[in-house]
Amino acid sequence: MDVKDIIREENLVYKKSRLLTDTPFNFCPGCGHGTVVRLIAEVIEEMGIEHDTVGISPVGCSVFLYDFYDFDVVEAAHGRATAVATGIKRVMPDKFVFTYQGDGDLAAIGTGETIHACNRGENFVIVFINNGIYGMTGGQMAPTTLEGMKTATCPRGRDVKTMGYPLNITPLLAQLDGTYYVTRQAVHTPAAVRKTKRALRQAFENQKNKKGMSIVEVVSNCNSGWGLPPLQANRWMEENMFAKYQLGDMKVDGVLQMR
Amino acid sequence: MKGNEAIAEAAIRAGADAFFGYPITPQTEVMEYLMETDATARTGMVVLQAESEVSAINMVYGAASCGRRVMTSSSSPGISLMCEAISYLAGAELPCLIVNVSRGGPGLGTIQPSQADYFQTVKGGGHGDYKLLTLAPSSVQEMADFVALSFDLAFKYRNPVMILSDGAIGQMMEKVYLPEERPRLTEFPDWATTGTRPGQHGRTITSLNLLSSVHEVHNQRLQAKYRQMEQEEIRYEELYCDDAEYVVVAFGISARIAQNTVERLRAAGKKVGLFRPITLYPFPAPQLAALAKRVKGFLSVELSAGQMIEDVKLAVGSQVPVEFFGRLGGMVPTPEEIEGALRKYFSL
Repeated sequence: MDVKDIIREENLVYKKSRLLTDTPFNFCPGCGHGTVVRLIAEVIEEMGIEHDTVGISPVGCSVFLYDFYDFDVVEAAHGRATAVATGIKRVMPDKFVFTYQGDGDLAAIGTGETIHACNRGENFVIVFINNGIYGMTGGQMAPTTLEGMKTATCPRGRDVKTMGYPLNITPLLAQLDGTYYVTRQAVHTPAAVRKTKRALRQAFENQKNKKGMSIVEVVSNCNSGWGLPPLQANRWMEENMFAKYQLGDMKVDGVLQMR
Repeated sequence: MKGNEAIAEAAIRAGADAFFGYPITPQTEVMEYLMETDATARTGMVVLQAESEVSAINMVYGAASCGRRVMTSSSSPGISLMCEAISYLAGAELPCLIVNVSRGGPGLGTIQPSQADYFQTVKGGGHGDYKLLTLAPSSVQEMADFVALSFDLAFKYRNPVMILSDGAIGQMMEKVYLPEERPRLTEFPDWATTGTRPGQHGRTITSLNLLSSVHEVHNQRLQAKYRQMEQEEIRYEELYCDDAEYVVVAFGISARIAQNTVERLRAAGKKVGLFRPITLYPFPAPQLAALAKRVKGFLSVELSAGQMIEDVKLAVGSQVPVEFFGRLGGMVPTPEEIEGALRKYFSL
C-alpha cells in the first residue's frame, strides 16, 4: 500500500507546513522546540509572508533553524540575534524579521542586545524559548535555571548565594517603552499549543502594523538536560517552571497587564 | 576637512546604505558628521548609534547579509570588541567596511595615534583562518578615496574590508577633492537574504559546518579567495626608489613623516627612497622582494614596537638588512628622528 492510499485528501486533518523542509529536526524526542519551530512556519505560511521573511538563528538549539525552514535565515553569533535583526530590519523595514533565541542567548550573553533592541522599539518579533538550561552544550546552568535545580555546572543545585537568582527577564522587558506585546506561553498541551500559535500570529501582525517589539516567550522543557522522560519533564515544568515563570500576557497593545 | 569627516562624506557619496557605530575617540566625528549633515535625509542611508561596538558590528552583519553597502568605524579598543563578529563576517563571507582610526594600546592606552593594531588587522584579531583586505590611507584625500573602493572590493570578494587609519589622519585637516556621488544599490546579490522570490528556496547566511570535511572545503575556498586578492589587489607607492640605496618602508601617517625625511636627505644628495604599502593585506611582498635586489637596506618605520617589519623581513629575506625605528604609546616621530635612525643603521 502506498502512502497516498493511506492519506486521502478527504481524510487529511493536518499536514506539515510547506515552509518546513524535509530535514528531520535535531531536537530530542519530547522537546518543545520542534512544536514552536512548526508553529512559526504555520503562522508565516498562513499570513502568506514567506517571501518577505528573514529569520535569525543564533547559537544554541536554535542554530540549525535554517535547515528546517524554506525561507531566508541568517545565523547570528551567540547573544547577538537582536543586533543582527536590527541591522536587517533597519535596511529592509518592510520585511518580516524574527529571532528565535534560547535563555542563554537572550538572557545571559545577549542581555545587553536584548534590552537595547527592545528599548529602541525595533519592529520585529522575538521568540524566546525558556527551558532553564543550556541544551545544546549538554545541560549547563542558564540564567533562568531555578533555585536548587541541578545542572552540569551546578550539580548540587543552583545556590543563589553564589550563582545568582533565576533571571525573570520578560517582565523586565515588558517595562520598557519600546515593547508593544509581551506574552509568556507554553506548548506542553494541545490547548497551550493553540494559544502559543495565536500569540505568534499576534506578534507577526503587530510587526505588519509597525507597532514595535513583540516578544513571545515559551516556557518549555528540556527533558534530556533535565534528565527526565518527556511526560515527567512536562509535569516538573508545570509544578516548578510555571511557578516561577507564570504564563500569560504581560503587555498587550503597549499596555502593561495587571497580574 | 578632517580625515574622519572625509570618511563620512565619502560614505554618503559612495551610496552607503547603513552605518552602525558607537562613540570612541579619536573617530567619533564619523558618526557625528553623518548625523550633523543628515545623511538619512540626503540619501536614505540608515545611521544608528548602537549600545556597544559589539552590537554595532552585529548590526553591520545583519545589514550585510541583505547585500547592502554597510559600514562601521571605531578605534582600537572598539575594534577589539568587534573581532568576534569580524571573524563571523569573514566566515559567512559578508561584505562590509570597517574603519579603524587607531590609537595607542594596549588596554585603554591613549587617544593619540598608533599603528600597533597592524597585527590585529592583518594577522587575525578574531578566531580562525581569515583575512581582511586592508587599506592604509596616508592622507585625508585617501580617507575619502578609499571608501567607495573598499565597498567595491568587499563586494568583489564577499569579504570584510578594513581601512586601517590612525588618530593623526583621522583628526588632521587637509584639502580634499570629494568623490562623485553615486546612487545607493537598488538590486542585491543572489546570495543576499532579502526574502525569497516565488519558486526560490530559502537561503542561509552562516559560518557553521559541523562536518569537518565540509568545513575544510569551506576554508579552502576562503583561502583561494585570499590567494586571488594577493594576485590582484596589492597596492603600494614608491617614492625615489628608482636609484635608492636605502629605502624606508612605512604606511599611513608614518609614511607622511618619512616622506619629509626622504626629501630632506635627497636634497642633501643621499640616495634614499620611500616604499609605502597601501594594502597591508595583501602585503606588497613581491614588490619589496624585487626592490631588495637593488638596494642596500630597509628601515621599517612604524608607530609600534615593530609589527609590519615582520612582513618586510618575510618579503626581503636575508638579501639585505632590515632595521626598525618606531615610537610607542601614541608618540609620533619627527622627520629628524627618522633621519637619525637612517644615519645610525646605514652610516649615511
